[in-house]
Amino acid sequence: MIPPETTSKEPKEMSAAEERSQQAEAAPDLAAMGEQRKGHGVKVRDLHAYYGAVHAVRGVDIDFPANEVTAIIGPSGCGKSTMVRCINRMHEEIPGARSEGSVTLDELDVYGAGVDVTAVRRMIGMVFQKPNPFPTMSIFDNVAAGLRLSGTKSDNLRERVHRALRAVGLWGEVKNRLNSPGIGLSGGQQQRLCIARAVAVEPEVILMDEPASALDPIATLKVEELIDELKSRYTIVIVTHNMQQAARVAKSTVFMLDGEVVEHDETTKLFTRPADERTERYVTGKFG
Amino acid sequence: MRGTLMLATGVALVPLILVIYYLLYKGLSSWSGSFFSTDPTGNFFGNPGGIRSAIFGTLEIVALASLLAIPIGIAVALYLTEYGKEGWFANLVRYFVDVMTGVPSVVFGLFIYIVLVISHAGGSGFAGWKGALALALLMLPIVIRSSEVVLLLVPGSLREAALALGAPRWRIVWRVVLPTARSGLVTGSLLAVARGMGETAPLLFTVSLATAATANLNGLMNSLPLQIYTDITSPRDVIVARAWGAALTLVALVLILNVIARLISRRSSMA
Repeated sequence: MIPPETTSKEPKEMSAAEERSQQAEAAPDLAAMGEQRKGHGVKVRDLHAYYGAVHAVRGVDIDFPANEVTAIIGPSGCGKSTMVRCINRMHEEIPGARSEGSVTLDELDVYGAGVDVTAVRRMIGMVFQKPNPFPTMSIFDNVAAGLRLSGTKSDNLRERVHRALRAVGLWGEVKNRLNSPGIGLSGGQQQRLCIARAVAVEPEVILMDEPASALDPIATLKVEELIDELKSRYTIVIVTHNMQQAARVAKSTVFMLDGEVVEHDETTKLFTRPADERTERYVTGKFG
Repeated sequence: MRGTLMLATGVALVPLILVIYYLLYKGLSSWSGSFFSTDPTGNFFGNPGGIRSAIFGTLEIVALASLLAIPIGIAVALYLTEYGKEGWFANLVRYFVDVMTGVPSVVFGLFIYIVLVISHAGGSGFAGWKGALALALLMLPIVIRSSEVVLLLVPGSLREAALALGAPRWRIVWRVVLPTARSGLVTGSLLAVARGMGETAPLLFTVSLATAATANLNGLMNSLPLQIYTDITSPRDVIVARAWGAALTLVALVLILNVIARLISRRSSMA
């Protein structure tokens, strides 16, 4: 009935030689997406989020600058995912969940009266922890899904899908099987497919909730390289458990604990000379 | 322990095998070309005729019942999983559906008899469409329950992915939830159809019995269960034999539906 999450016929990872020979084609081709463009910054002010009576996010203020990668780190249950899900209003989809405070995308109040929540989500894309391509759709349809599902009229759908696949460096690997099922890809490819799906809608901001935590090290590396490429066009917020990953991809890093921001600073400074004692204990692995 | 369980299994298998044996033994001999191609004559003496009208009647009544019960049932299941969720109204609906599942089929027949047959709704007393309504009432809770289970199997991460892309909920239902659950929905619906096909009681008070094949759903119709019901009490051997032949036909129809349901669910699990 429901296709299993991992198929038995999972394609083998490419050999190193094949990998190298495809590098030229597989490299993320952001030129195909047009010139570098000015992204849009996000401001979070006095944000509180609740699950029923549980107060998960307790008054968070963060600025996410345009065209930068900002990492959110912190122990499990510190509210980092919840905080990020408030930015594109996904938090409110959970029964009993609500939030207070403000989130603005440039001048737009995301929670403003009369703001269309689906429009907000088209402007602020999201990539999830586990790759979640639509099992009934082909590779092509998965990337096109964002445009079709949001009812965006597009005369050049094919072109936009191809462009998004190039942008995530998946084009060389899938161009000959665009009509085969998206779930036939390997885990890392599926996650890049999901990123392509988010990119195809051409959002302003991309939120990533532990995008590499379900991937093997090589696939993780590819996703990290991709994040680095994508920041020329998008503002990126990445939640991660992995401090090395934050150090590799993010210009600035936010450390959260018990629903509050403990420290927000340049990544190198936060990891080498943290101002707060709790941050120091966390980044040196004393707890969490 | 193992021996006891084997024994219990054996005991359970005996009646099953006997049913199949008797059906084939008694039923196959009455199967013939004219058995399927002629209507019952209704005469006690002489040629009793075949069961053509009963097959047509059953197919027509069950088709109409399915047309009513399957779309409504899937719609209710969608409401429960996508909108109502764990709200008080959704739980109330679930409770009523559970109660409806346990209602004996004869009660649905009586209900339609009192509401539609006695009142001569639609200009006639007994009518095929009234039987179809009674069957639809019987099938509805089965469709709702099986569809709900299947829809709950659609991973929440897919709905979440679609929501995060800026999709409105109705479009998520059409383009993500229903396609993902499709084969399970088909299987559940076909099993409900198979269940409805064999029911006698809901038709007894609603359709009554006719001999001629008809496409008029507003009149008396024949059906396989009622054909069997009337034939089996006849003192004449040829007519009793026709009951066995009709019973075998009914089982064959249900079996075909089950096989189709299985093929559909197997094909999709390989995708």
